[in-house]
Amino acid sequence: MAARAVSSGLPLAVLTAWVLVRYRFPGRSLLNALVHLPMVLPPVVTGWLLLIIFGVRGPIGVLLYDWFGVRLVFTTAGASLACAAMTFPVMVRAVRLSLETADPAFEQAARTLGAGRLDRLFNVTLPLASPGILVGGIVGYATCLGEFGAVITFAANIPGQTQTLPLAIYTALQVPGGEAKAAELSMVSVTLALVGLLLSEWVGKRINTALGR
Amino acid sequence: MSLALRLRHRFPSVQIDIAFDTPTPGVTVLFGPSGAGKSTVIAAVAGLLRPDTCRVEVDGQVIADTEAGIWLPPERRRIGMVFQDARLFPHMSVATNLRFGARRSAPGPVQFDEVVDLLGIGALLARRPHTLSGGERQRVAIGRALLAQPRLLLMDEPLASLDSARKAEILPYLTRLKTALRLPVIYVTHALDEVAQLADSLVLIEAGRVMGSGSVSEIAARTDLPLAQRDDAGALVLCRIMAHDVARELTRLEGGGAAFWVPLLDAPLQEERRIRIPAREVILAGKPPDAISVHNIVPGTIRRVTAEAARRSMLVEIALPSGVLLSRVTPDAVARLGLSPGAGILALIKSTSIEVLGS
Repeated sequence: MAARAVSSGLPLAVLTAWVLVRYRFPGRSLLNALVHLPMVLPPVVTGWLLLIIFGVRGPIGVLLYDWFGVRLVFTTAGASLACAAMTFPVMVRAVRLSLETADPAFEQAARTLGAGRLDRLFNVTLPLASPGILVGGIVGYATCLGEFGAVITFAANIPGQTQTLPLAIYTALQVPGGEAKAAELSMVSVTLALVGLLLSEWVGKRINTALGR
Repeated sequence: MSLALRLRHRFPSVQIDIAFDTPTPGVTVLFGPSGAGKSTVIAAVAGLLRPDTCRVEVDGQVIADTEAGIWLPPERRRIGMVFQDARLFPHMSVATNLRFGARRSAPGPVQFDEVVDLLGIGALLARRPHTLSGGERQRVAIGRALLAQPRLLLMDEPLASLDSARKAEILPYLTRLKTALRLPVIYVTHALDEVAQLADSLVLIEAGRVMGSGSVSEIAARTDLPLAQRDDAGALVLCRIMAHDVARELTRLEGGGAAFWVPLLDAPLQEERRIRIPAREVILAGKPPDAISVHNIVPGTIRRVTAEAARRSMLVEIALPSGVLLSRVTPDAVARLGLSPGAGILALIKSTSIEVLGS
């Protein structure tokens, strides 16, 4: 579920970050604010907004259901969507930071060597921003695993389908004698977070060494 | 064949209005202080900056003409560019960097092996840019630009970030390239030694304007232009090695319609060499002296005498059959010898004070 959230959210995050860094257009501030909204809003509100938009009677949800028979609410896909929405700002920020530090001088050089816009994006800009993109992905993945409010609001708490780690811990705590299970799950959570952070640090360092920075 | 450029652009601080016409193939050096507008010219020709008006024509082909609505993006111009900071892609090996432009262009006359050989970068191909020295990086950047098969090569102060040792290491490669690939080159610099070594034509730019343009030996000796007003003013003569006298340890060069003896060179006959003769090293004489150590007694005609008030000296332009010499003497010497335009004169030049370039 988290993997799905990251793999679908990351390319969009890269695109958004690129647009925000490279282009000045009316509504840029609004886009920027929208992207960062889930980070500032209470997660439950994000979940509720998703419910309004992507619910079976929401403006997008109804289209998805009528045309493709896809229902997002209370499904694994829905949980992924909620996770993606929550981690999106984190990923955009990470990617944006590395795009901003990526020197446009290299793009200029690529232009004089005959590389067009997409050619430059894929062969020069994105590879140079890859540390930020990977770090964004890893941190996004770790954040996904810990999503609570938005998921429970939008996709409920269905074990094995839409249940994230904190949801499972919360559920365990509601059952008498569930403390042991909660402790166990909490340890898993701590380990995953730690591994995620260390991994992102290590990967970032490796790539930067390869790039000679 | 020629390279013609006309450019106008208004910056908040300076108005650029530059036009010149130089022969091709060959190296046209844009020379002047920083902020004069040299880099604007380069950026406009590359297409990285769109000036108010700009027209560039190389060998009859119009590359850009804002008034006719011809303005291609850089990636479609086939104009190579070497930046001051090399700008090698850090995520690629040297070989991949070199092939970046080649992959994106139609095959042309520039061969991979030839360029690698000319620039001496064969041993670096597998390396990463950040492991290279500044000079090596710049050589790779030059190779990368050439392999994109450009119709014109732009070099924006390519040696400015290198120390003099690295510079000395690169200059011979540039001289070799110049003769091996007959490509028009626009080269921006504010270093005189690069002008002396590389320039065929020279365009002097100051405060957004062209002060003078023409062949390098002509411009270097024009006393009304800033180059000849420097302390290290001197004449440049394009020569050919004509004879070695091993017994006397001397080499005879010919150029500008005169012959010059210099300390023995280790180079084949008929090879081209530029020599620089500093103005303060040239002694003037009315008649041939005898019993003198000087090897070079070159007859010429005085073309112009210019006073240099600040130095309490005078600069004398001496016309050779097809070249110019400069001599810096005192006003007293000018008066005693009666030096005036049209008069015949002998220029005495010690063989050891002639700087042989590109060797």
